[in-house]
Amino acid sequence: MNTSAIPAGETIPGDGSASVQSVAKANFGVSVPLKFRELAIPRADDLLFGTAPRPLVTRHGLRIGGGMVYPELNFTLPTMDVSAATMPLVARHYREIISDALRRAGELEVPGVVIEFETVPPMTATPAFGLEIVNILLEGMEAARQSHGLRSALRMTPNDNREFARPPVMRSGEYWERMVELFEGSAEAGAELLSIESVGGKELHDEALMNCDLGQVIFSQCVLGVRDMAFLWERLCVIARAHGAVGAGDTACGFGNTAMVLAEQKMIPRVFAAVVRAISAVRTLVCYEHGAVGPGKDCGYENPILKAITGRPMAMEGKTAACAHLSPLGNIAAAYADTWSNESVQNIKLLGGMAPTCYLEQLAYDCRLMNRALGEGRESALTLRRWLVDSDAGLDPQAWILTPESVIAIATAIVDAPDHYRAGLAAARCALRRLKEAHAGGRLKIVPRELGFLDSMERQLDELPDAEGDFIEQQMALADPAKYLPEEYGL
Amino acid sequence: MTTLELLSEAVASGKSKDAKALVQRALDEGTAPVEIVDRALVPAMASVGEQFKNNLIFVPEMLIAARAMKEAMSLLEPKLLAAGITPKYTAVIGTVQGDLHDIGKNLVAIMWKGANFRVIDLGTNVSPAKFVAAVVEHKAQLVGLSALLTTTMPAIVETVKAIRGGVGQAVKIMVGGAPVTQQFADEIGADGYAPDAGSAVDRAQALVGAA
Ligand code: B1M
Repeated sequence: MNTSAIPAGETIPGDGSASVQSVAKANFGVSVPLKFRELAIPRADDLLFGTAPRPLVTRHGLRIGGGMVYPELNFTLPTMDVSAATMPLVARHYREIISDALRRAGELEVPGVVIEFETVPPMTATPAFGLEIVNILLEGMEAARQSHGLRSALRMTPNDNREFARPPVMRSGEYWERMVELFEGSAEAGAELLSIESVGGKELHDEALMNCDLGQVIFSQCVLGVRDMAFLWERLCVIARAHGAVGAGDTACGFGNTAMVLAEQKMIPRVFAAVVRAISAVRTLVCYEHGAVGPGKDCGYENPILKAITGRPMAMEGKTAACAHLSPLGNIAAAYADTWSNESVQNIKLLGGMAPTCYLEQLAYDCRLMNRALGEGRESALTLRRWLVDSDAGLDPQAWILTPESVIAIATAIVDAPDHYRAGLAAARCALRRLKEAHAGGRLKIVPRELGFLDSMERQLDELPDAEGDFIEQQMALADPAKYLPEEYGL
Repeated sequence: MTTLELLSEAVASGKSKDAKALVQRALDEGTAPVEIVDRALVPAMASVGEQFKNNLIFVPEMLIAARAMKEAMSLLEPKLLAAGITPKYTAVIGTVQGDLHDIGKNLVAIMWKGANFRVIDLGTNVSPAKFVAAVVEHKAQLVGLSALLTTTMPAIVETVKAIRGGVGQAVKIMVGGAPVTQQFADEIGADGYAPDAGSAVDRAQALVGAA
């Protein structure tokens, strides 16, 4: 067995003998109180890139959140099919990506790098495809370590293919089994950080976004999503422990980022996407309640709130992820990064070289700057943080709710709430309040046609019942029963 | 204001109850169902589509209007059907095999419906055979293929091949989705491409000769 990636100051519980199947069947149908009752980082000035109260030390000694920001490189295939017939070509792409990007990392003398392998669906549907690539990446990483001492860790992100079944089957069946098989195989092969972009609750959330319906947003995320996350992460952490890996973290990508991309395309108001982001922190928090230790997954722009609550290190992405999607959070996201990522870039040729290598270089320079600021001491780091925050914050409501003060306010609202439903409600109210205050004080720009949505969101929240049971009953009556299976969420 | 003008306004501003009542009033006044559709409902949705395209309203506001249109149509459809009148154009749409991204495709479908296309939405992860079968079954003039992953763009190619193999040039094929480009559409023999839902309507109308 590999040496474990061990969070500093703690050991990973378990002796490897537990199995995914043996996890006790908890009743996730009833509401469970939040595990985190206070903030790990209570002061806005202590929320800083490269620094987390509970850092993670990897096998090769990367101290993520321990005083330094590392690049986290992600990549994907150009236009091509993934099948048994094309696997030799697929393998060649990944071989080239890893050797070329890590060669450049060595030349730039990066102190360490996290490599994320986010699969595309056929690689999870046929775990052998995914595992072949895991081994190629690990070999490339080991070769770079031996040739120029480059330390690295592999984050493995299989696809949550459970929604290929419509309505999604969340707790059993072919898609669940293949996904678990890929997690197991990857952890066994040496992937150290296990992650996923899980989709529990998303089958109702897309429509909730289109209708700007906060009740259904909270139902999807804080009732369905929360229950699925508890089920899923309990099992992922068993797999991680069995192989000396760690459950790193999840993301509300399918929720918060869908909203962000829709807002970016002017389909829904930005103020609405901002409130959805605040709510999404409650859903993502559940992975940390069930054993994840960070670094949280890069596309979770809710991660700063989770860093404040859990003290765990977080991956972030911003301007360097424009290759994957546009966002209004290019600089502010970096203010909290423990690894700094590019989300995903195709392996295509750019003038400077292959795209993943070019992105590695961009990440490396951003990290150098942040590490230089950290090296100069707290005052310099906070100055750089201020520039990162202030250059974005006033221009978009989604950025405003990620200012250090907003992050602490939303995180506090969450931990003060008695359960996940009311935490979602509290996060939404807090985000709304902060948006209104900032706009009224002239510190935040909100375009006129969005202003009415601030009041209509508030009215929607006022109409939601106080008790979770009443809320579930109310929202189940509104949700399209053909779209989801309540029993798959223990309801 | 005439009843049809009031109806048009009620639909555009998403007043479902008013819309239904005004349809009933128009029918009582002896207006033919097809005239109600052509002179009130279609122009209302066209103006809503235009406002959306010009970033004056958001999707939720467009959806409220679409719901009012649906309410209004619920009174008219049985009468139109009884008279053998169906929308002039039928479109089949879906996200290609292996791909689950559907928000963009849904928006295109909403916009096509607003332009009075009959839209058969096959959902996501749709096999080439299913596309061909639906085109044949519904006698579609247009088929829309959406893909968001670089690794499912080849499924667009396969689907185009299957449609051409199955029904030849009889149906127009339109493709779209974040990684798709006009150049890709040209290379694979699709008839049209649109970068967004707004332009997908104009393109669809041009392809079927409705523009
Ligand atoms: C017929 O004619 C036409 C004409 C015009 C047409 C058309 C058809 N279809 C669309 N259009 C056009 O009109 C629409 C409206 O204006 C536009 O549609 P769009 O769809 O472009 O725009 C929508 C209105 C809003 N945009 C979106 O909804 C897509 C946004 C991004 C962020 C995105 C989202 C939201 C999601 N994702 Co996905 N996702 C991304 C996307 C990033 C991006 N750059 O697009 C992308 C596409 N995803 C990616 C990935 C990797 C994945 N995703 C996955 C899953 C998801 C979510 C479920 C979380 C969610 C989808 C929600 C849903 N129900 O669709 C997974 C695959 C699932 C699958 N089997 O398909 C998964 C593999 C992630 C994982 N770890 O599992 C990346 C692609 C990488 C690649 N190799 O291509 C990606 C670029 C993000 C990234 N990570 O970088 C136009 O394109």
